[in-house]
Amino acid sequence: METQVSFEYAPAPESRSVVSIKPKYGHFIGGKFVAGSKHFPTINPATEEVLSQIALAGKADVDAAVKAARKAYTTTWSKMSGKERGKYLFRIARIMQERAREFAVLETLDNGKPIRESRDVDVPLAAAHFFYHAGWADKLEFAGLGTSTKPHGVAGQIIPWNFPLLMLAWKVAPALAAGNTVVLKPAESTSLTALLFAEVCQQAELPAGVVNIVTGDGSTGALIVNHPGIDKIAFTGSTEVGKIIARAVAPTQKSVTLELGGKAANIIFEDAAIDEAIEGIVNGIFFNQGHVCCAGSRLILQESVADEVLEKLKKRMAQIRVGDPMDKNTDLGAINSKEQLLKIRELSATGDSEGAERWSAPCDLPKKGFWFPPTIFTGVTQSHRIAREEIFGPVLSVLTFRTPQEAIDKANNTPFGLSAGIWSEKGSRILWASQQLRAGVIWANTFNKFDPTSPFGGYKESGWGREGGRHGLSAYLKGVGHE
Amino acid sequence: MSFYGLVDGSDSSLRKYLGALSGVDQVGADARAAMLATRSIKTSSKRWAIDTAISMVDLTTLEGADTPGKVQALCTKAVRPDPTNSSVPSVGAVCVYNDMVAVARKHLDLVGGAHVGLAAVSTAFPSGRASMPVKIQDTQDALDAGASEIDMVIDRGAFLSGNYIDVFNEIVQIRELCGTKAHLKVIFETGELTTYDNVRKASFLAMAAGADFIKTSTGKIAPAATPPVVLVMLEAVRDFYQMTQTRIGVKPAGGIRNTKDAIKQLVLVNETAGPEWLTPSLFRIGASALLNDLLMQRMKMDDGYYASPAYVTID
Repeated sequence: METQVSFEYAPAPESRSVVSIKPKYGHFIGGKFVAGSKHFPTINPATEEVLSQIALAGKADVDAAVKAARKAYTTTWSKMSGKERGKYLFRIARIMQERAREFAVLETLDNGKPIRESRDVDVPLAAAHFFYHAGWADKLEFAGLGTSTKPHGVAGQIIPWNFPLLMLAWKVAPALAAGNTVVLKPAESTSLTALLFAEVCQQAELPAGVVNIVTGDGSTGALIVNHPGIDKIAFTGSTEVGKIIARAVAPTQKSVTLELGGKAANIIFEDAAIDEAIEGIVNGIFFNQGHVCCAGSRLILQESVADEVLEKLKKRMAQIRVGDPMDKNTDLGAINSKEQLLKIRELSATGDSEGAERWSAPCDLPKKGFWFPPTIFTGVTQSHRIAREEIFGPVLSVLTFRTPQEAIDKANNTPFGLSAGIWSEKGSRILWASQQLRAGVIWANTFNKFDPTSPFGGYKESGWGREGGRHGLSAYLKGVGHE
Repeated sequence: MSFYGLVDGSDSSLRKYLGALSGVDQVGADARAAMLATRSIKTSSKRWAIDTAISMVDLTTLEGADTPGKVQALCTKAVRPDPTNSSVPSVGAVCVYNDMVAVARKHLDLVGGAHVGLAAVSTAFPSGRASMPVKIQDTQDALDAGASEIDMVIDRGAFLSGNYIDVFNEIVQIRELCGTKAHLKVIFETGELTTYDNVRKASFLAMAAGADFIKTSTGKIAPAATPPVVLVMLEAVRDFYQMTQTRIGVKPAGGIRNTKDAIKQLVLVNETAGPEWLTPSLFRIGASALLNDLLMQRMKMDDGYYASPAYVTID
């Protein structure tokens, strides 16, 4: 046994037999699945296999969904006690846990993210959001938001493709707990787990029309945003679309919350625990293929440790296991769509042309599907496009600093302000830096940690409002500080 | 001694060397170890891992009730873990108390086990609470009796009170004593050092002082070889290799009882120090019950079913 044999991990694929994907889906309106008229394909981005045909909702479908939501609101949901609403939410949470494997496999097939992440992060957190908000349903007057708060009515919710089920949970759970009914549109490339969630609503015997799910593209989203029968809009997605929505709702009565883009700074001070900081950098930018609005996409390194950190980071990146998302040992899966892959390539190319130095981890990318290797750019300055624009992929821009103030100035020099990371073993430095950083979420000695009790949201062009915790709950109640 | 040029043997140089180490974030280290524990090792890779783990076992008996008969049985088992299957590799070493070394040496040679290491626990194992002359004599006894590996304990009391130079000097003296006759493994008793910062500090201290291996525990104190502790030590040997181009071995001991635990350890090695460490000359697992579980799992992979425990020997 003295001969050196490498420890190759044999394939360990999760079985997909646990899910049954229908060839064609409709919408979920008024508690029933109703056929769509036009359809478009949804594919597995790791193989380009067509998984199913998804309905494209037009005006009639959105009208029907809003009508069903309004009816459920006036006749059932707004009349029900908080305690009873809470029971439904607890039931949904439990069913999501019971069917966790099904959700995880379906999410990985449709989205391209590794099964380890959908199994260990997305699905358990989604269930946790329902459990957390179930507890609030009968305690709203004790949330510190006043005793005369009321639900908005019908909430229109538009969610992105990066965490399809989790974003659904972030939206639906607080809306229902607060007494609203919802019309939800999943992203066009990742509708399948939302449609499975519709089945869970049926299984939980949720009253018809409390949750309505219409599928479609941006045109469907626009119909929801502009629909006069909707009282509140909640959107997670790009800053570009967020601005369009803000303009559209400005002259209306609609309330709105927006969770938009980010270009988070992950600051490594020289006194950081370096090995754990390396893990934090990797988790910050390569978690979910970098398709994370709060991704730590700008690494801001103290010059005195820059060489050591970069050397260790490259070694660590070379170990990232890229490939079949269904394999339990995969760390980095497929890019969600061809369109997104082209965007990542285009922005990365500007990194090259603007003089930054590209390094990608050596890895064999599958022939079919959409793939991008874990990549860092060094020698990046504030004026590079890759330091300013959100790439939304596994691409890290590395900048350096000399003094703590310079780190803060660079971190804040962005139109975004969603999240930031601070790595230091010195408590006073962490407290100081967190007071200076203009970002909604600040992680100290960790990154990309989420919890339903913790409010999440951005400063500046990263969004309006918070999701999670009491702050998130308040977005689904009116009479909080206004009216 | 040159100590790799890292320290000059003085207290101040040792303090400077240890003071330059970065800290370990406990939450982050725990999280990394937990993530690596999710690796799914199947089929051909599992088979490779089982045989590799067998060859890395330091088959151990460290009991007050040890007798020549018990030690002889252990030695036979170490050479041929499965008497019915010659394709099963021998273990890395047997590990016994000092007074049993002569018995073990004689029996290993008798049963064709010259290739199996013979480790003696030394320096007033497990507590290390004896004077230096006693520790030296203890080690000399083991060397004279034919030990090829010395597993010494550090003075945890000195370490925890900040007398790093005392800990360092003890290791240096035992290192000199071992010379080229025996490999030196330095046991930290991580369950008594308690923090990962201490584990990292002890690792770099022992490596500079001349350890060939750094070892987690005596097996007498819990917790022992937890995955995050082993992770921190593997990071230390990896970083030490960057500094000195010398590869130091790692030996987790205590609490690794089944195949699943052993494979988790191999994954930690593979993805932390790197595949170069996946050899018995750089990674050992101190255990007693583990070997039989590895043998059972190996039989299961060959036969497709779990055999009765009666098919593995209890020596």
